[in-house]
Amino acid sequence: MSDLLNVENLCVRFEVKRGGMFGKKSYLHAVDDISFAVKKGETLAIVGESGSGKTTAALAVARLVNAWRGKVELDGRDILPLDGAELRRARRRVQFIFQDPYSSLNPRQRAEAIVKEPLDSLSDKPEAEKAEIVARLFKAVGLRPEQQRLFPHQFSGGQRQRIGIARALATQPELIICDEPVSALDVAVQAQILNLLRRLQKEFGLTYLFISHDLGVVQHMSDSIAVMYMGKVVEHADRISLFSNPLHPYTAALLSAVPSVDKARREATKRILIPGDPPDPMNPPKGCRFATRCPLAEARCRETPPALREVASGHRVACHLVPDPA
Amino acid sequence: MTEPLLKVENLRIELKTRNGVAPVIDDLSFDLMPGENISFVGESGCGKSMTALAIMGLLPEGIGRIASGRIVFDGEDLTQASESRLRDIRGNEIGMIFQEPMTSLNPVFTVGEQIAEVLRTHQGLSQQAAWNQAVELLDAVRIPNPKSRASAYPFQMSGGQRQRVMIAMALACKPKILIADEPTTALDVTVQAQIFDLLRDLRKETGTSIIMITHDMGAVAEMAERMIVMYAGRKAEIGPVEQIIDHARHPYTRGLISCVPHILSTITEERHDLTEVPGIVPSLRDFGQNRCLFASRCSHRTQECLDQRPPAKTFANGQVADCWHAEAM
Repeated sequence: MSDLLNVENLCVRFEVKRGGMFGKKSYLHAVDDISFAVKKGETLAIVGESGSGKTTAALAVARLVNAWRGKVELDGRDILPLDGAELRRARRRVQFIFQDPYSSLNPRQRAEAIVKEPLDSLSDKPEAEKAEIVARLFKAVGLRPEQQRLFPHQFSGGQRQRIGIARALATQPELIICDEPVSALDVAVQAQILNLLRRLQKEFGLTYLFISHDLGVVQHMSDSIAVMYMGKVVEHADRISLFSNPLHPYTAALLSAVPSVDKARREATKRILIPGDPPDPMNPPKGCRFATRCPLAEARCRETPPALREVASGHRVACHLVPDPA
Repeated sequence: MTEPLLKVENLRIELKTRNGVAPVIDDLSFDLMPGENISFVGESGCGKSMTALAIMGLLPEGIGRIASGRIVFDGEDLTQASESRLRDIRGNEIGMIFQEPMTSLNPVFTVGEQIAEVLRTHQGLSQQAAWNQAVELLDAVRIPNPKSRASAYPFQMSGGQRQRVMIAMALACKPKILIADEPTTALDVTVQAQIFDLLRDLRKETGTSIIMITHDMGAVAEMAERMIVMYAGRKAEIGPVEQIIDHARHPYTRGLISCVPHILSTITEERHDLTEVPGIVPSLRDFGQNRCLFASRCSHRTQECLDQRPPAKTFANGQVADCWHAEAM
């Protein structure tokens, strides 16, 4: 299968003023030169902790924040320079599911109007057809037809997320960016939404860019995974390689930190504790960004930033200590 | 056999709502042994936090009240204790850490000052002695450079560090019980691992009992010896953690365990759909009815579940499940 989404050398930076109104401008590089690709119909998960830049990367792909440099290719065409009608066409193909189903729905709109909104702003379909599409979407996400007339506050958190999903599907997009779609929900409701997302993916042949900090969820949802730390991709591999053979010390620590109900896994995993907190993002370390907390760091790690390189088929890692393939 | 440190007997907590009085805790009993870690599990709105607040004597005034039952701590019934006696116990004997380390600290005082205040109030220490001990406590919860960090304000610290400050504060007077209400929910996993590690070590050193409230079965498996699964204000199941994970006797417990995609020791190519617990927790209006409150979401439902509240059925090692079909599970 070909790549639907191809992100190359994407950089996003935010201007930060220090020292008052006349202070010097400086920049926070939230996403710093990352590349990845997602095949049609597959799911790429971006995992990382708060402040790693995963949400910023997702927003940049959806053109909801401006990228500073790089390319975001959809079917081989860069969408970053687009504007006007062309941008609207691209937006139809890329939709977004937000983390918080409480703040991402307009409380004054009825559910049907919320789901119809993308059609109003991005398509030229007649009203009757739009109403038909909305009715079909309500069914597809497991809501009852009469619930179309209700307001967001009359729904539970899980139902609201279903509305958010229906809205994302309205323009028949190919790529859906899911930014922590279940982390605001109760565990039992999470399962309902995750099953729905997987069913919809099969039904409509959707491609997902799935942002999450929950490695259990990522393990269940993704085909491949990119791990981010302080704006960089530190490891990128298919699901089985990453979970059974994590190569980057940060990935290994992250995986070992997840509490598990599986006794065999608890006994087999040696917990790697990484001390402290990530360093100040305004002033990132000169070499490897993880070196300040890495249990294995050597002198060269503090000096030279490691490049992301392929060490096994489809398994890329940015760490000096991982040997090249024989 | 040692005496339990805390005995909760037939506790009933009522909450005033627009639709009348709702029993948010309905006939809850459990014991906590010295040095034990017991975990409360369940979805939001099942009464986990209410139990903790009741033990602390911190139920919302005028809205929530203990209608019946006893909370016996070290031989003393806390439901009968005066407000000043409760204030004495809080902090000194029972400490609590909250879910949101961002909002539980006072933004206009340094963290050292906030810890020192606890020591001055409860232990009558002098200004200087309290400050010195606050620095020691910060060191004990592994804050780097505790001497200078004691003068930091909460906004100058990360979420993980703030939660450590909360723990330092809760442990300042060496309480016999530490209640941790979702202590790591707002934190990243690697920070969660640090906090769990810290709690485990502190427990080993001080012998403090811990009541942990969480929705994460993995965290329970990692931290606790026994768990209490709550549903709609009632106890669904109680027992040893390993045993329940191995063989839960209540369908709700089973649902909670299998609805979460766990990382297992072997990863397979094939993935099955997650087990769904359909629907959501009933609203307060339905609490307290004489039937199984989980029945509407349960695939094992029969007529008797709808007719009568299920009896508690006892299994080996003190595992108890409140379900009509517990034996068949």
